[in-house]
Amino acid sequence: MSGESLKTNEYIAIAEDLTVAYGEKPVLWDVDFNVPKGKLMAIVGPNGAGKSTLIKSMLGLLKPVAGKVEFFINSDNKPSNFKDKGISRKIAYVPQSGSVDWDFPATALDVVLMGRYGHLGWIKRPKKADKQLALEMLEKVGMKEFQSRQISQLSGGQQQRVFLARALVQQAELYFMDEPFKGVDAKTEKAIITLLKELKAQGKTVVVVHHDLRTVTEYFDWVTLINMRIIAEGEVNETFTNENIDKAYGRIRSDLVEAVNTDGESRV
Amino acid sequence: MMDILSRLNNYTTIVVALGAAVLGMISGVIGSYSVIRKQSLIGDGVSHSALPGVVLAFMMTGNKSTEVLLLGALVAGILAAGFIIGIVKNSRIKFDSALALVMSVFFGTGLVLLSIVQKTPDSAQAGLSRFIFGQVSAILKRDVYIMTIVSAVLILLVILFWKEFKLFSFDPEYAHTLGFKPMRLNLLLMLMTVFTIIIGLQTVGVILMSAMLIAPGVAARQWTDRLWLMIVLSAVFGAGAGVIGAFSSSLAEKLPTGPAIVVVISIIVLISILIAPNRGLISKALRRRKSKKGWLEKGVKGGDII
Repeated sequence: MSGESLKTNEYIAIAEDLTVAYGEKPVLWDVDFNVPKGKLMAIVGPNGAGKSTLIKSMLGLLKPVAGKVEFFINSDNKPSNFKDKGISRKIAYVPQSGSVDWDFPATALDVVLMGRYGHLGWIKRPKKADKQLALEMLEKVGMKEFQSRQISQLSGGQQQRVFLARALVQQAELYFMDEPFKGVDAKTEKAIITLLKELKAQGKTVVVVHHDLRTVTEYFDWVTLINMRIIAEGEVNETFTNENIDKAYGRIRSDLVEAVNTDGESRV
Repeated sequence: MMDILSRLNNYTTIVVALGAAVLGMISGVIGSYSVIRKQSLIGDGVSHSALPGVVLAFMMTGNKSTEVLLLGALVAGILAAGFIIGIVKNSRIKFDSALALVMSVFFGTGLVLLSIVQKTPDSAQAGLSRFIFGQVSAILKRDVYIMTIVSAVLILLVILFWKEFKLFSFDPEYAHTLGFKPMRLNLLLMLMTVFTIIIGLQTVGVILMSAMLIAPGVAARQWTDRLWLMIVLSAVFGAGAGVIGAFSSSLAEKLPTGPAIVVVISIIVLISILIAPNRGLISKALRRRKSKKGWLEKGVKGGDII
């Protein structure tokens, strides 16, 4: 860390000394997390490593025991908090699709329109332009023909794409996505990654909680490996090494395994 | 026939029917949110919890006018709702457990207080027990006015915060990331639910009020996938059940109105679950049979199924 100026230039969001616990059990311990501007970034780590917890804490959905989260998202590059006025409009969130009840009485278009609610503010109704944008984004994710479909009648991959479209209509600068590839077929996965790369090409920053280690190098240019603590962060080429993966996934065991099994067989 | 007509045309019956209609309508609207948020038990919790409020209000004031008693119910209901939200927020106890806990403590206290009150000679006839099962015949024209005004305010709030309530009911965490404080919406919806319950207490009573809140929404959900249509249908079902229940209780001797209304709305639920298109049990069974038959035929004709 060489002073504020570097941070404000390079990072769009940072977390410092972040500790989050569920009850007594810490999930994140003294984490310094940096999101570089304009990158397509993966957060990788084993189950229970605190990946979702990390992005939920960034979004203010979880209250950390200690630490702070700052965004450098305004044009003046001054640090701001998620609670500051207008910041939430620049940040979009794609939750895990299993986090909601899809039997809710709403159509795909209804759900995508919700992405405009933050821009509208309290009480005001979506206008024609909002609906237009929602339809545009539905088309982008290949779901336009399903716009009036009840959401429980959609497949898992289609529901995921509806969530993605909902985030896209927010026209944000920074996107947090919690396992957007979970339970989707190969075709949908391809469509989603194309969209994410498109966002990056537009200068947006995308942070993705990712599960599939095989595709990290292909999809992302930046990676953070995490297991309660930050294990490593940086360019995928330099950071996504077998050694770091072992460190993240092996926990304490990795030392034992390494001591016994010195040939360092990869467990990817 | 004349007898029946004159009974239905009775001033009291009309007031009662109007009151029941308004109550059914607003329960249907507000209860729909409990249904889609999968918090159907909230009505049960709050209404049971209102009982000690009613009795305490009487004990403290010696007054048994509806306003005083309902004010007591309101305070107890809000307190109970606050406890439930507080417990869920600040402990690891889940919503349903918190609700059961608060509800049984409040209702138990209410019953104890009620038995104390009923033992004191001068207030034996305080009529407090009508709040347990409800006694719609005790409803006055003034009560109907109050119910109508409260309902109008509640409906106005639903219209005003339509998009916020929809968003919050579907995905509260996402609502938070958009800058809408879910806690505020939760409290507002909870408060609106408490008010709905309070105005229904003397009509259907603390025990059956939860059915009044949930049943219209459950029935309406069967018929549509649109939230606004669900809420409108729910209001219609609730109001309809109110009117039919009120009239049938005035026709049949000693048929209490609250239970009569609940029986009617239960029949509506039953019918909806059975025959609604798409979501109804019968149409589901038919669809399954049809597709099974289709597979079999294809299998036989094509011979290369699987």
